[in-house]
Amino acid sequence: MASSTYISDLLRREPSKTFWGRLKGGDELSYPITLACTVSILLIVALIVAELWSHSQATVQKFGLGFLTSRTWDPNDGVFGALPFIYGTCVTSAVALLIAIPLGVAAAIFLAEMAPPKASNLLTFLIELLAAVPSVIYGLLGIFVLLPIIRDYLVPALRAAFGYVPLFSGPFYGVSLLSAGLVLSVMVVPFIISVSREVLLAVPTDQREAALALGATKWETTWDIVLPNASTGILGSVFLSLARALGETMAVTMVIGNTPKIAASLFSPGYSIAAVIANEFAEASGTLYISSLIFLGLVLFGLTIVINAIARILIIVTTRTAA
Amino acid sequence: MRLLCAMRSVRGNLAVLTAISAASAALPLHAQVSLTGAGATFPAPIYQKWFNQYQSIGHVQINYQAIGSGGGIKSVSEGTVDFGASDAPLTDQQLENYKQKHGGHAVLLFPTVLGAAVPSYNIPGVKEALNFTPEALAGIYLGTITKWNDKAIASANPGVKLPNLDIVVLHRSEGSGTTYCWTDYLSKISPAWKSKVGKNTSVDWPVGLGAKGNDGVAGLLKQQQGAIGYIELIYAVNNNIAYGKVKNASGDFVKADLASVTAAAAALKEMPADFRVSITNENGPGAYPISTFTWLLVPSSWSDQSKKNAMVGFLKWAITSGQSSVESLQYAKLPASVVTKEQAQINLIK
Repeated sequence: MASSTYISDLLRREPSKTFWGRLKGGDELSYPITLACTVSILLIVALIVAELWSHSQATVQKFGLGFLTSRTWDPNDGVFGALPFIYGTCVTSAVALLIAIPLGVAAAIFLAEMAPPKASNLLTFLIELLAAVPSVIYGLLGIFVLLPIIRDYLVPALRAAFGYVPLFSGPFYGVSLLSAGLVLSVMVVPFIISVSREVLLAVPTDQREAALALGATKWETTWDIVLPNASTGILGSVFLSLARALGETMAVTMVIGNTPKIAASLFSPGYSIAAVIANEFAEASGTLYISSLIFLGLVLFGLTIVINAIARILIIVTTRTAA
Repeated sequence: MRLLCAMRSVRGNLAVLTAISAASAALPLHAQVSLTGAGATFPAPIYQKWFNQYQSIGHVQINYQAIGSGGGIKSVSEGTVDFGASDAPLTDQQLENYKQKHGGHAVLLFPTVLGAAVPSYNIPGVKEALNFTPEALAGIYLGTITKWNDKAIASANPGVKLPNLDIVVLHRSEGSGTTYCWTDYLSKISPAWKSKVGKNTSVDWPVGLGAKGNDGVAGLLKQQQGAIGYIELIYAVNNNIAYGKVKNASGDFVKADLASVTAAAAALKEMPADFRVSITNENGPGAYPISTFTWLLVPSSWSDQSKKNAMVGFLKWAITSGQSSVESLQYAKLPASVVTKEQAQINLIK
């Protein structure tokens, strides 16, 4: 009871009239400070968009929306189009997530629900170390270790099984959309595992105990009770890794082949938005060339927003049908 | 008594001070002048070495950022650096832009060292240095020659057993002076290349895969059978990468090395007054055809005279005494005729 009297005392207390007294209370001070912090972050985002927009005017005026659908990227003739880069960015991120989501979520379930806590902590620590590896190292590992494996084992196997699908046909030169997607999947999987595990562990134990008490098996408890409870958090981890996959530059440019062409096959080389900006910005000359690269930056920004929005709508729709 | 002591010590200090100022008058102790520059990555190692060496000679601190040729041209035009550096000569348009921004004063180009691009390849079973004709290189990079046993390649390499293997073309993915040199060469020897692709630090490649940097091209070359790519001569030599010979305009197959690159510069008949010249495909015995100068971009008009003196001092040193240290880093030296011409241009810096 002591605490409730204390609270009512507080409520009964006259609010301080002096300026310093009000500051000391905390509310008057904390509100503007935290608000200013939030607004400053939003301002930075707005500034980035405004700067990108104002510096890409030459491209906007010359090509307009056609920039997004044109397939030509020819700095010599001053013809620029973003479609091959948008395509490469989306395809590599999709491949990465298709592999990383099942792998990461399954690993997170094991670490959170099945592994002994001590082993789980150690393994999680090791997995999180993967996230600290610089991306140039992933690129080099990709070229010297992953590419020969993909070329000698994965591609022949895919060809044998699905060779009739355009997605898995055509010549393979090592660097390709597939290789970039695979390297990206290794890079984003630690994010999915680490965040998903935390979210799974945060599901109240009561829920598990209730399910077990009703006669559910351990797996039924995990699948039917724990996972749905944690689904929003797991999707959060997927967004995080998607953002990383869309924006990753160094590792992708080392294994994607850097060829601005659109091909149906995952075996063919491609190019991503982040990679072309990093590759060409330093040497770009002429207003139109530079403004096209800057506009590509804006396109990547927009792409991230659109994909995130689609994913959020998907969540709302699926949770509604589930309910 | 105490006062006397203090006075004596003050007098002592004064004596020391006078001695120091006398010494500094005799030995000119310059206030350290500092210059900033930015630009090409290809000559960055020799520039860093020069700036270090020259610091103790000319008492000038020079900071150089290797941000790429395009960045170098932009920075010097906008006046954010004291000088720029580029692997590609400035275009008329770029020179005009500079003049407009700087009240009619021009920017001067000074060749400093020479470099080259060499064709390297990975063909199983072929250990010899292959001979490449201009037609073969243009055909490969245009995508009209697709097999290693194509007649255009085989006829220049009698006695070499070339396999029936697909050619995988590699090029640099990022804008680079090496790409400029390579495409400049292809534009000179192939009208089809000139009209379809042209020359630039990055172009719309008809075929092939892009790899980032010399190391990226070399890494892919190692991985991919049948691959061909161009790399900087310095990188190839330092990493023991084998490369082929290229037929020059006088009909010899020449292997790129320091002597053959300098020979290409010496073969130049007429050096234009502004040094904007390409030395690819020069006609001279022993001249390697895919060679290039690299340039420092120096404003002709300076407001700060101490900076101007420092710049002039460095340029004079770099094209004379500085040349003795370039070969240890695998750059080719300037021919004597170019040095003499440059010394005349240095006098234009005001």
